[in-house]
Amino acid sequence: MSLPAVEITHLRKTYGPLTAVDDVSLSVAEGEIFGILGPNGAGKTTTVECAIGLRNADSGTVRLLGLDPRTERDEVREIVGVQLQTGTQPAKLRVGEILEEYQSFYREPADVGELLDVLGLTAKRGDYYRTLSGGQRQRLSVALALVGRPKIAVLDEMTTGLDPQARRDTWELIEGIRDRGVTIVLVTHFMEEAERLCDRVALIDNGRVVALDTPAALAERARGGKTMRFRPSAPFDDRLLTGLPEVTGLEHAGQHVVVTGPGELVSAVILALHAAGVTARDVQLDSSNLEDAFVKLTGSQLHTEGAAA
Amino acid sequence: MNSLALARSRMARSRPARPRRLPLPGTAHGAAFGRIVRNEARLARRQPFPIIGSIALPVVLMIIFGEIPSSSQVISTLGGLTLFDVYLPIIMVLGLTMLTLLGLPGPLVSYREIGVLRRLSTTPVPPSWLLAAQVVVQLGAALAGLLIVNVMSVTAFGAAVPKSVTGLALSCLLAIAGLFALGLLIAAAAPTSGSVNAIGRLALVPLMFFAGLWLPRALMPAILQDISDYSPLGAAVEAIQYSMQTGFPPARPLLVLAAYAVIFGFAARRFFRWE
Repeated sequence: MSLPAVEITHLRKTYGPLTAVDDVSLSVAEGEIFGILGPNGAGKTTTVECAIGLRNADSGTVRLLGLDPRTERDEVREIVGVQLQTGTQPAKLRVGEILEEYQSFYREPADVGELLDVLGLTAKRGDYYRTLSGGQRQRLSVALALVGRPKIAVLDEMTTGLDPQARRDTWELIEGIRDRGVTIVLVTHFMEEAERLCDRVALIDNGRVVALDTPAALAERARGGKTMRFRPSAPFDDRLLTGLPEVTGLEHAGQHVVVTGPGELVSAVILALHAAGVTARDVQLDSSNLEDAFVKLTGSQLHTEGAAA
Repeated sequence: MNSLALARSRMARSRPARPRRLPLPGTAHGAAFGRIVRNEARLARRQPFPIIGSIALPVVLMIIFGEIPSSSQVISTLGGLTLFDVYLPIIMVLGLTMLTLLGLPGPLVSYREIGVLRRLSTTPVPPSWLLAAQVVVQLGAALAGLLIVNVMSVTAFGAAVPKSVTGLALSCLLAIAGLFALGLLIAAAAPTSGSVNAIGRLALVPLMFFAGLWLPRALMPAILQDISDYSPLGAAVEAIQYSMQTGFPPARPLLVLAAYAVIFGFAARRFFRWE
């Protein structure tokens, strides 16, 4: 029905011999919170920088609400608010002064007082930038991305370096902004952040989209079930466990045994061991983070490669 | 409607209609430039060293020269001028040089370092506006410094009113143009804030030597005088001194300054990195 907020088609960007973005295609619907995940150096930031017209791609196309960020720069800059991963502000400008300056760049800007309020920076309005904590600087940076009342907000590593409470506060803030109809593109390497916030997530590795789905579906697929690690009280025949339908893999790691599998893995394993008179000690369950998920996704050559197309 | 807007509206007609067309940035952004200038002025006030120095040092030097009794004696080897007369233009360009070497490139390079220029290029306002705002602030400081020195020289130290005020104003403006273009070139070339200081220290000595700080131009051997004539500060001193003592300056020093403005300006534009 309506134009996609962001549409990237076969984007490619190289720096000399280094291919930063190989082939990325994705489409973000209006009002969506869209996550771009991947390890450091995967090409996330380059993808985003090309998308907002900060860098020129070697090939491929980008449309932001139908606009080309290269040829329609002025219009794109009016509707896209950006938070860059790096960069600070002059040490001796006050928070309010910086925000008021950026506010003047836009046609229909947000109210500075209200924005400071939402971001919990009201008390800091008269303070020099250099006195701000890391979290406060990060929030100011988000405020600068939003002061132009953008239709699309691109936030690169917005919660990196924040303490857990500040991170949760920021998440709530992002949800609030989405509720006002802003499309949000979130670059992150926190699985938890993506699971909590994003409607859909694109996983990027080596400059390619290796998976694109809802966080729940992605996490399930990435885990391939659960991983359980334990130290058996006595040696046992591997076939005792590999014969179970719940177990898809078994490895020895020193004294420990690591089994993987979908469904009710833990109870099935413990019951089978118990029946053989073996006790599982020091049981650890894998808390799946992005790195694990990613290894699985890229290692197992997921069928969803290029799923965005 | 300007030609760009016309071209855009033609483009818009030839394309399928969009759900929404945004108004083009235009006059509304004048307010934005004002805001940027205001913040740059605030920063200059809060980190006042280069600007205060560029005004205070010439004033202090002028007071020192003014208080030395011998500096008001006419010296025949200086072309019948007093030492004060000879050093007044040198003192004036010294202030401009401080702004050129430190005041202008310092903030610009630090903005590139901390990513402000890059951040600006994601907004409707181009980062070149920050350069322009910085030029405006430094220009204000330059004009204030020149005015203070000139007014003080006449009112407090009995210097003659410049023979050609128009010539003096033109000479000063061309000197500022040539020097500020050099300052922008330094901002373009210096990779870090630290290197701005290093380049500044390195450039200060030859620049000021040919201005005649250690050896007035009139006393230089012919070869040095020739070099001085075509150096930025030598040309500036020549034009300013002529305007003060004789009348509207000859074309050569003015053209030399204008040429520096153009050459350094193009080079700065060519080599400036925004990130």
